[in-house]
Amino acid sequence: MITTPSTPSATAPDPGATGGGGSRPGLARLRGRVFSSSSPAWIFLVLVVIVAVFSVIKPHQFLSSFDIKSIFINASVDLVMAVGMTFVIVTAGIDLSVGSVLVFSGVVAVKVMEALASGATAVSAGWGVILVGLLAGMAAGAAWGVAQGAVIAKAKVPPFIVTLGGFGAALGLSQVLTNGVDASDVPAKLGNTIGNGSLGPFPWLVIIALVVAVIGAGVLQSTRFGRYTFAIGSNAEGARRTGINVDRHLLKVYAVVGLLSGLAGDLSLAHFTTTTLASHNNDNLTVITAVILGGTSLFGGVGSMFGTVVGVLIPVVLDAGLVIVGVQTFWQGVAVGVVLVLAVYADQLRRKNNSRR
Amino acid sequence: MPEHTAPAQPEPRPPASQPTAASTLAPILEGRDIHVTYGHVEALRGASFTAYPGEVVALIGDNGAGKSTLVKCLSGAETPDSGTIEVEGRPVTLPNPPAAQALGIETVYQDLALATDLDGSANVFLGREMLRPGLLGRLGVLDKAAMRARARQAFLELGVDLQDAGVPVGSLSGGQRQSVAVARAVAWASKVVFMDEPTAALGVVQTGKVIDVIRRVRDRGITVVLISHNMPQVLEIADRIEVLRLGRRVARFRADEVGVDDLVAAMTGAHVQEDAA
Repeated sequence: MITTPSTPSATAPDPGATGGGGSRPGLARLRGRVFSSSSPAWIFLVLVVIVAVFSVIKPHQFLSSFDIKSIFINASVDLVMAVGMTFVIVTAGIDLSVGSVLVFSGVVAVKVMEALASGATAVSAGWGVILVGLLAGMAAGAAWGVAQGAVIAKAKVPPFIVTLGGFGAALGLSQVLTNGVDASDVPAKLGNTIGNGSLGPFPWLVIIALVVAVIGAGVLQSTRFGRYTFAIGSNAEGARRTGINVDRHLLKVYAVVGLLSGLAGDLSLAHFTTTTLASHNNDNLTVITAVILGGTSLFGGVGSMFGTVVGVLIPVVLDAGLVIVGVQTFWQGVAVGVVLVLAVYADQLRRKNNSRR
Repeated sequence: MPEHTAPAQPEPRPPASQPTAASTLAPILEGRDIHVTYGHVEALRGASFTAYPGEVVALIGDNGAGKSTLVKCLSGAETPDSGTIEVEGRPVTLPNPPAAQALGIETVYQDLALATDLDGSANVFLGREMLRPGLLGRLGVLDKAAMRARARQAFLELGVDLQDAGVPVGSLSGGQRQSVAVARAVAWASKVVFMDEPTAALGVVQTGKVIDVIRRVRDRGITVVLISHNMPQVLEIADRIEVLRLGRRVARFRADEVGVDDLVAAMTGAHVQEDAA
């Protein structure tokens, strides 16, 4: 133990010399973590309040299993992308290309199924063809992510620009491949099972999205991969000096978000049984909004998958609730926009408090 | 993590000021005739540096004398244009910091290089994480409990009181952050720890604590190379002092034989002891 001549003013900011007293700082830390204004706990509280309000106003409709199911189905494709986006944003990066990569992967999947199917269309294709097509979709997404990651990590072009370029290029390529016309010859078996079927009461889409989120949470919180992700977002130069291969890790992170965008493309294809070329221009902003709402810091180094799940659900729940209550759903945009700005403001305040000397 | 059964060093006093003096101990780290040029600027013009086992040696010099560049070369952060670096008498090349780390040479950077959003234990093990045994480990799952326990022990051994090792280091005080960075370096260093201006950003009390930590590190038999501007502090804690001026070593002193005036004279060129070709 280091003993210091105790002049109150000098020791005040450094209470370390007293020792013992393990529980009080522990409590303070808990308070600081759970109730720091942008933490997942807060945003979860917001979600609970929203659900409670709608449930009180229209208990029968809002809590009907149909609405709950549709809320989760609508959220699942976004959630898969948001899991990847969480990793990217924790490294203090961004990926604006997710929606376009989703479309591109769906197009690749359909084209591969068409090429492998016996007839002119893939509608009646069997499981073998479907599986190969889905894997091709994911591979296309992952490859896109690797390409973007390589430019970001090696050529040091800012991720905002690289993925903005990727956003335009992936959609353009999709339109080239389809001549700008949606391919709708999606195998019926795919649409009826993964796309719109259920395992018991649970839709396949929701099951897959939740499995992805749980795996993502485990990887982020408990593995070396997750720790490097946090470290790079926290201090990339410091991480480099400790021997972490920062470039290679960034490449992997962008590959992961690409892969998950590819999986989202497969799920979207299965659900809508068409490539939905024109419907994903705003996915990037939707997903980024969800991740930030969930308490992941745009400045990197902080984030959680639980928060991301909540962040995905809030806009979807608002949407569904407003319809049921009979308010124009346009208000959803207003509400989410305001909460988003508040969340980032709170994050900035937190950073300012933390970086005190 | 290397074990720290400090070899009870019976005060192996390093050689006196003149390099010709018969040294009882071989240098643990030595750089000779190191040249580094940035564009038209000659940062190091044949600089040399010697560190002996178990000592605190201060590297001082005016701004632009080449201290930082020399430390970067000796810690693997910079590759010299020419010159030799020897660790325990064997010539080595240090293309990157991990190469130096593998030889037991660690650095506490002036900016600390900490991941401020991670806690103390995560920072101590950053880049050298412990994994769970078995399948989980092969999946890359961290053994957080083991790392936390080892880190707590490392802090304890240095007399660093973190109170709560679970908070992000960004929310710690400057002195505590410095302590985490030092603890990380010491936990992995088996031979030499470089400390670049470790007290420059600290208040009086915290400076005292860091100086205390430096002494404890030395007492474990690990050489501490202290880069500092603070002459009285250097005289207080260093066993030896090496002076750089204009990219060369110009003097070496034993701390108990000189005063601030001698150091300033050497730094400014009023006194030239060696290498002055």
